[in-house]
Amino acid sequence: MIEFTGVKRLFKVGDQEVAALRDINLELVAGEYVSIMGPSGSGKSTLLNLIGLLDRPTSGIYRLDGLDVTTLDDEAQARVRSEKIGFVFQFFHLVPRLTATMNIELPLLLAGVPPEERKARVTQLLKSYGLTDRADHRPDQLSGGQRQRVAIARATSMHPLVLLADEPTGNLDQTTGKEVMNLLEQLVTQGVALILVTHDPGLGARASRQLNMVDGQIVSDTRSGS
Amino acid sequence: MNPGDTLRFASGSLRGARTRTLLMMLAMSIGVAAVVILTALGEGARRYVIGQFSSLGTNLVIVLPGRSETAGVNPGMLLGQTARDLVLDDAQALLRSTAIRRIAPLSIGAAQASHGSLNREVVVMGTTANMLAIRHMDMGQGQFLPQIDPRSALPVCVLGATIKKELFGSEQVIGAWLRLGDRRFRVIGVLAKQGESMGMNSDELVIVPVASAHMLFNTQALFRIMIEAKNRDMIEPAKRDAEQILMQQHGGERDVTVITQDAVLATFDKILRALTLAVGGIAAISLSVAGVLIMNVMLIAVAQRTQEIGLLKALGAPPKQIRHLFFAEAALLSAIGSVLGLVLGEIGTAIIGQIYPTLPVAAPWWAVLAAFGTALGTGILFSVMPARRAAQLDPVMALAKR
Repeated sequence: MIEFTGVKRLFKVGDQEVAALRDINLELVAGEYVSIMGPSGSGKSTLLNLIGLLDRPTSGIYRLDGLDVTTLDDEAQARVRSEKIGFVFQFFHLVPRLTATMNIELPLLLAGVPPEERKARVTQLLKSYGLTDRADHRPDQLSGGQRQRVAIARATSMHPLVLLADEPTGNLDQTTGKEVMNLLEQLVTQGVALILVTHDPGLGARASRQLNMVDGQIVSDTRSGS
Repeated sequence: MNPGDTLRFASGSLRGARTRTLLMMLAMSIGVAAVVILTALGEGARRYVIGQFSSLGTNLVIVLPGRSETAGVNPGMLLGQTARDLVLDDAQALLRSTAIRRIAPLSIGAAQASHGSLNREVVVMGTTANMLAIRHMDMGQGQFLPQIDPRSALPVCVLGATIKKELFGSEQVIGAWLRLGDRRFRVIGVLAKQGESMGMNSDELVIVPVASAHMLFNTQALFRIMIEAKNRDMIEPAKRDAEQILMQQHGGERDVTVITQDAVLATFDKILRALTLAVGGIAAISLSVAGVLIMNVMLIAVAQRTQEIGLLKALGAPPKQIRHLFFAEAALLSAIGSVLGLVLGEIGTAIIGQIYPTLPVAAPWWAVLAAFGTALGTGILFSVMPARRAAQLDPVMALAKR
């Protein structure tokens, strides 16, 4: 489903070119649970940004769901993002002035989903993430775990093919972190591919496939027996 | 994202930054209100002047003795001569023109008026019965001058409202005698209160038949001849005829000046309209200042909401949509600001109207429309740059910012 062929990403720092990613070849299938680990600066986040179409590779080809998305213009990439990709961030990135309901509704709103359907989907999501009694609270009135639940609900509201999670538990305590991981893994059982970027080897080990990155390259690619 | 949702989202983010929004709307509305009030004042002045001219009479043509050249100096005056007087025969001769409905000769002088022990200086106007209709004056009581041969010096007079009050108080005035200079006149009527028009206060006048005025002041000369043309289209022919006839009367010499009220009016109209435009233009500058303010504030908003913009992009908002969101914000801001400004302007105009009741202040529709349009236009125009900046933000950088 996700296919990287010879993908490079160079950054210009001053007049020097620094390779954040060098020659990545990678294939992920639908519904796969992959963790990407590695030290800071190894290119994990850059890889995630490329997968999420927030960034463009300097060279190489990226196919998503059979479509070469590297050649698409901004508008078309935005549409692909809207329909196929969900993001969960370390710092939640909720809009502070919007209630939980409205934050979850945001992707649907941007995609132009009609109001009745929006309402139905959001109500359903609030219920399945146990946020019904927090529906009208703004982010600053929610706990960290609740905020991340809102963020996950938002990420799944458009039924994406793949969910990209960058240190989703990095800002949470252990218990809530575990809760959030359970929620994300539950999505995998529903057929959503989950790509998890983390520092924590313990978390990374939970994935069925583990990628280790060092210095812009994938140095190991192991699959758990399960 | 459909337009309704775009507007709702934009108004949400405006509500999110309440102080900023209110200040922007204030700036916008002050600009719009300034345009409305200033043009209303200009337009009020214009209408006031036109009103004053029309209260002088309609379709009016006025004959003045002497010919004023462009410099306003009569060449005869330089040689120590005066122009030939206008006399009653000249006035009567004007009736030969088919374009002229009626005429009224006018001679003016000052005399001492006394009744019993009260006396005061008054302006005496000698004229004929037609003056009432030509000048659109109303009678308070009694009658105006009778329709008589203008050459007969009937000793009757009509009083202005103020004169009547000062010399007669609440006394029975009709039929009473009034001494003017060395003659006695019987009061036959009192004018209704008219107020001032073009510097001539008819409340302070004593009106007598023109021949009587001539005897009083021992002259044959007329101060003016007022002509009323048959209708609007006849004003120019009446003017031409008057010049023609008076030239014949004066032995082929063009020694009178004929002015039409229309010409004077048009000049004033032009001057005051230009003034209104100029004042409105100055006010419009304050509007564009409001536009620059909007740009500044929108730029700050983009900087403050970098994360939100990055998020919207990550959630699948194309650049176009982000531009639209910021446009919608600016448009809402300036639209509400302009409406507030219009209301403020109307209130201001109403207050000025209360303070100066004689000034018919009202903003002309074109000024209201222009103010509204400029406000909306500058608001949206000045949001182009911030909106583009927002749309071009790199989502990775935007999201990384904490």
